[in-house]
Amino acid sequence: MAVVETRELTKVFKEGELGAVNRVNLESREGEFLVLLGPSGSGKTTLLRMIAGLEVPTSGEVWIGGVNVTPFAPRERRIAMVFQSYALYPHLSVFDNIAFPLRAQGVKKELRRPKVEWASSLLGIGSLLARKPRELSGGERQRVALARAIVREPTLFLLDEPLSNLDAKLRASAREELQQFHGRVGTTTLYVTHDQVEAMAMGDRIVVMNQGQVRQVGAPTEVYDDPADTFVATFLGSPPMNLLESPDVIVGFRPEHLHPADQRVEGPRVPVRFRIKHTEYLGAERILYGVVEGGGFQSREAVVSRLSATVPAPYAPGSLYDFSVRERDLKFFDRGTGKRTAPRPLAGL
Amino acid sequence: MKGRQAWLGPAMLLPAVLYIVALVGVPFILAFFYAVGDVKVGSVGYHFVGLRNFRSIFANPAFLRALRNSFLFTISSQVLVLAGSLTLALALKEKFPGRGIVRFVILLPWVAPISIGSIGWKWILDSLYSVINWVLVALHLVKPFAAPMWLGEPGLAMMSVIAVHVWRILPFSTVIILAGLTSIPKDIPEAAAVDGAGFFRTLFQITLPMLRPILNVAMLFGVIFAVTDMTVIYILTRGGPYDTTQVLPSLAFFSGILGGDLAEGAAISLFLVPLLAVVAYLMLRVARRAEVT
Repeated sequence: MAVVETRELTKVFKEGELGAVNRVNLESREGEFLVLLGPSGSGKTTLLRMIAGLEVPTSGEVWIGGVNVTPFAPRERRIAMVFQSYALYPHLSVFDNIAFPLRAQGVKKELRRPKVEWASSLLGIGSLLARKPRELSGGERQRVALARAIVREPTLFLLDEPLSNLDAKLRASAREELQQFHGRVGTTTLYVTHDQVEAMAMGDRIVVMNQGQVRQVGAPTEVYDDPADTFVATFLGSPPMNLLESPDVIVGFRPEHLHPADQRVEGPRVPVRFRIKHTEYLGAERILYGVVEGGGFQSREAVVSRLSATVPAPYAPGSLYDFSVRERDLKFFDRGTGKRTAPRPLAGL
Repeated sequence: MKGRQAWLGPAMLLPAVLYIVALVGVPFILAFFYAVGDVKVGSVGYHFVGLRNFRSIFANPAFLRALRNSFLFTISSQVLVLAGSLTLALALKEKFPGRGIVRFVILLPWVAPISIGSIGWKWILDSLYSVINWVLVALHLVKPFAAPMWLGEPGLAMMSVIAVHVWRILPFSTVIILAGLTSIPKDIPEAAAVDGAGFFRTLFQITLPMLRPILNVAMLFGVIFAVTDMTVIYILTRGGPYDTTQVLPSLAFFSGILGGDLAEGAAISLFLVPLLAVVAYLMLRVARRAEVT
């Protein structure tokens, strides 16, 4: 188990271009499940590959377990990585795939078998050891890749979108299994994904990245409830946070915080005149799309409200309704930088 | 529509079939007839003589030597080609400045007509005007007038012929293996690197086993090129000195066409057909099995 740290880590692929990873300072905690979350092209995979040693940083340092490993080859870093494609060795059996890191480390033959058996039973693939990767389903391949990663008990796990090749149903169960698995082995894990649901469900902390930079680091509740800037606010949540602009500030609130004014909630509220354009019924919840009318935050873009289906909702498209948002649910962002600013009193939206 | 389609396929295949039948099939069958007959250039009749021609070539020391040379030529050139092209392909896969130019230069021997290349080599290895000897003399490595006769001494002549053949086949094999290397997903050697494998472990335990089907194809072609080709030998040594670089195709040509004994030439050239058929069958089977995996 070890802590991984990056110091001013930068990768520039083409000279003169903006870094794919730009001066990233990151520090994991012992045994943590740290998720790197961002849209494609945000630099999260490049960051992971630099930590693995597969990509040479343009500048900056990588520290693992208190050692500066920047000049080290991947194999000297005592890490394990699971690739998006799993990268199983197609010509080797499952047993030999899992045993490969042990062979590469020079572990004696008679010591390899118990280790492979331990790793494969931990992942429930003990019966597949004689098969070739092509004879396995997607979920089984993923487990073989994980077994290959844990078999030599690395100090650090790197996982690059390991669930993205699974179908939606399998993904949900694999997510849960991965989490339990991490609980059992307790190895510090860096997990790259573009899927916010995965990030929210699995991460001890989430690192939100965009355009090569870290926008926010925090527990799932922090990045969701207290986004550091408008990017984080709109990247997390589905539908994303509503943002309304006035000449001097941007106000944001989550769709689930925009209620009908007659609904009982505690605390002071800010009234919203909400004209509904159309509605979507999704079973457990109802999504209302519309615009805000009157006030200083007149919106041209759609504002979304998300109501539980248990709320009676006789809403007709085209009509104007009285809605409200609790004051404490409003987030304020600077118009110029997009960063969070201090809340201010509002008479209405 | 249906009637037209039924004709279209065969019609489009026809030119290729005609071409193969006329230029490969007919001569091949003719060779069988000749090999068991008494045909000579200019003779009019045909008498079936059974295996007499085969018995007679076996009694001929030149044939046995050519047979041995054929194996020596094929095996040593293939070993060199495989080792060389694998090294080249691994080097050319990496990105370095000027890679495009190097790739082009390496491909040149394959693109240039064989005869021109071989004539160039004939001059390079010439007993009087050899540039190699000129360099060796200039470097004081050999004495003038005592320089090696590259094509004139039996051992050296065989080495020279093999070297030129390797030079010629190398680009072809390199391109095939390079294509095989590029088809290995980048993730897999990277996974091996993270798993702790160094260069040689990755090469021997990951890359080469994954390349096996491609290597088989390269080797199959290489063996067939080497066994059946006589251009290099014909231009460089004409089988000499004293038939020491004669291989089966060149011997067949010299005795069958230039010597006029068509029957014996046919018998010599047919000699390796069964062996080659087995080699081709085995390699194609291995290639297909690997393809399915």
